[in-house]
Amino acid sequence: MDGKYGILVDYDWCTGCHSCEMACQMEHGFPIGQSGVQVCTMGPWLIEGETWQYDFAPIFGDQCDLCADRTAKGELPACVHHCQANCMTYGPLDELSALLADHRKQTLCAL
Amino acid sequence: MSETKYHLVEHEKPFKYDENGLHVTRGSAWSGPGCHIGCGVLLYTDDDGKLVKVEGDPENPYNKGRLCNRCLALTEVVYSPDRITSPMKRDPAHRGEDKWEQITWDEALDLVYDRFTEIKEKYGAWSIPFVQGTGRDIAAWITRLAWSFGSPNYMFNMSGMACYLPRVAGCAATTGNFWVGDFSQQYPDRYDNPEWEPAEYIMVWGNNPLIANSDGFYGHWMVDVMKRGSKLIVVDPRLTWLAYKAEYWLQIRPGTDAALALGMLNVIISEDLYDHDFVDRWCYGFDELAQTAAAYPADKVASITWVPEEKIVGAARTWANARCGIVQWGLAVDTTKESLPAAQAIGALWQICGFCEKPGCMIVPPEILAYSGGFGGELVTPEMDAHRIGLDKYSLLKFGFQVASSDEVMKTLETEEPYKLHGAWLQTTNFLTCTSPDPERSMKAWRTLDFIVVVDMFMTPTAMALADVFLPACTYAERDGIRVGDGAQRGETINKVCQVGECKSDMQINLELGRRFNPEAWPWKDDKEMFSYVIECTGYTFEELQQAAPAYIPFEYHRHEKGLLRPDGQPGFNTQTGRIELWSTFYNNAGLSPVPYFEEPTESPESTPDLYEEYPFVLTTGARNWFMFHSEHRQIPHLRAGRPWPIVQINPKAAEKVGVHDGEWVWLENGRGRCKRVVECTEIMDERVIMSDHAWWFPEAPGEEKDGLFGMLDLNVNKLLNSYLPGKSGFGANYKSMLCKVYPVKEGE
Repeated sequence: MDGKYGILVDYDWCTGCHSCEMACQMEHGFPIGQSGVQVCTMGPWLIEGETWQYDFAPIFGDQCDLCADRTAKGELPACVHHCQANCMTYGPLDELSALLADHRKQTLCAL
Repeated sequence: MSETKYHLVEHEKPFKYDENGLHVTRGSAWSGPGCHIGCGVLLYTDDDGKLVKVEGDPENPYNKGRLCNRCLALTEVVYSPDRITSPMKRDPAHRGEDKWEQITWDEALDLVYDRFTEIKEKYGAWSIPFVQGTGRDIAAWITRLAWSFGSPNYMFNMSGMACYLPRVAGCAATTGNFWVGDFSQQYPDRYDNPEWEPAEYIMVWGNNPLIANSDGFYGHWMVDVMKRGSKLIVVDPRLTWLAYKAEYWLQIRPGTDAALALGMLNVIISEDLYDHDFVDRWCYGFDELAQTAAAYPADKVASITWVPEEKIVGAARTWANARCGIVQWGLAVDTTKESLPAAQAIGALWQICGFCEKPGCMIVPPEILAYSGGFGGELVTPEMDAHRIGLDKYSLLKFGFQVASSDEVMKTLETEEPYKLHGAWLQTTNFLTCTSPDPERSMKAWRTLDFIVVVDMFMTPTAMALADVFLPACTYAERDGIRVGDGAQRGETINKVCQVGECKSDMQINLELGRRFNPEAWPWKDDKEMFSYVIECTGYTFEELQQAAPAYIPFEYHRHEKGLLRPDGQPGFNTQTGRIELWSTFYNNAGLSPVPYFEEPTESPESTPDLYEEYPFVLTTGARNWFMFHSEHRQIPHLRAGRPWPIVQINPKAAEKVGVHDGEWVWLENGRGRCKRVVECTEIMDERVIMSDHAWWFPEAPGEEKDGLFGMLDLNVNKLLNSYLPGKSGFGANYKSMLCKVYPVKEGE
């Protein structure tokens, strides 16, 4: 993992606002319907009683270059910068992976 | 300089700087396009002066670098090929037809000046209403234009003014002020401020703040404080993400909010869970409130609201036992016919628990310019105000926004009583598409006027149907300004970085026209000098504030104890009794019920059971989506892609029952009209309730009236609403609680 970077998503807080997608599309000039990141939805469905399943989470695809141009200038990737729920962290994979055990509903994307 | 020392944030760079071959300008993002907030943004322009990128400003404590889709896609708005970029006129004989003639600004302003002056001389200035929409930086500038021209008929054209104004007027009448939740927004150091603490419970009531961002409230502050420990009680007919995260989700029947609040008050009072000290010292009329609430036992409230009894009781206990609490309320409170008693009952939930003027509670927002008062109230003479339409009928119009009654204006248009109207100034409003009930009746009524001016960024169905002159307005990237709006105010500037065609800002247009009408009321040499005048109390000129912004007014809690909420400097609240009035002196004097009550919506399963058999769904409208602001953004490619069609949300079992399918085009219909929608089957809905998008039109569709006004006449859900039927106070109307049926659109329809 040395020297590799990625994005940690604490999707317990992802509200599904799509700012990551729009920031990515605008940063890279992607055509409508294409993006380096996409928000996925799980639910809503009633599991039982009062308990629901209703989560959102961004996943990253082949058009994600972790905003190499931005990070080279010391800026955050456009999606991380604009995430309204502040649920995305950019950093070295070894540092981010150490955070994974802290609580559930997190994913680490190696990119 | 003023004596007040404003609190600032440290900036690494001046407000304009160069970076990697681009020019960067820091500023506030406030309108157009419409929005209720005004985030800190960095606008990037190239050497040709073209806006190429928008980023959130990490230094701005308001949004801390974050942005929503609508600012991220701003370049597509600014450079949309659909923008109107020159003034135009059209012969009134051709209203509704695409027969526009391009004219110069001088011709346009001469024409408006001449026609308005002629009408004023013949019929009086009051015969021209000045109408605004929502969410754009316009209240200050249009009020000054209306009042300096001589018209008291400034208005927001929605039945019952059922958006924000009922809550503002209601709070002003019963507590002397408006209130907002304390999310630390008044401090530059925000959540780190040592005085502040997060609310233990936030009661989200009729609002989806993450998307709506209403009333100066940046929606994702909700997530910020949830991370810091705030827990939620959510009152919403739909399972929003916040409802999913809540400790209590009260899935309410639309339009029964007042009953639920009264039921919760009854639990809190009968179980003696309220704040005795606060009630004894600062509230008036508690016993009368207690008596009123006693008529709403939980089992009865459960049958009215469809919220299970144990949840009503549990949520009420949890709320009252909290250390500190916030009610984050929204439009659903306004969009019910008897909205004032609903607002009064919900307000009492925080008032009797003493959640006032304390950290993590409800606070009176600090203000630079009293936003609801407009700009230039001293220009309104008693003679003018005597001509304000609706004031004689609805005395509550004295409070909050100094508006004319939209419902009474509609009658005036149709009956010419108490006098005939002759012209209209419609600025930042697309009311036929968005807010007017009964759009066809509304169009016909406004068509009776001799001369109508529309100021907007795009050709809208309203402008196509009504305008004789169209004046093209700017986006926020194309203009200077100050962000002085709703919510806790701070000193922010909007900074021009580019120019599109001949577009001018709304402020510039009003300044240029205003000084022709009434030079003494518009003494400033340019807009910057005018902005400096408005923010004079801050001690900054506009140019100084551009550098320093954002500038925060020093804030303290417990202002009612220190005499800081009344103009006479006495402790207490700015009401007749000096207390928060749970029993309202003003309502009583106005012939309204002094205590809150619940009334069934005009149509509902309870009030019209026969109709309910024919129209088996309770229809709620107007929930917002992530990509669009009311009737805006339909022509912006990346935003439209996020919401390509107007949807109606239906529970899958209900859809199956009435034989409609996910993705299918359907009609929503009741006895007044019908509109087209696309079905979205979703478990977030109760089987008895459906939610329809509002304010839809297709800019890509033929625009002339004979072709349907950009599809609006087939898409407008307001055709299903009561036709101008406000609450007893003149405030509130049933926009979210009608009945309807759903059936498939046939081929060729």
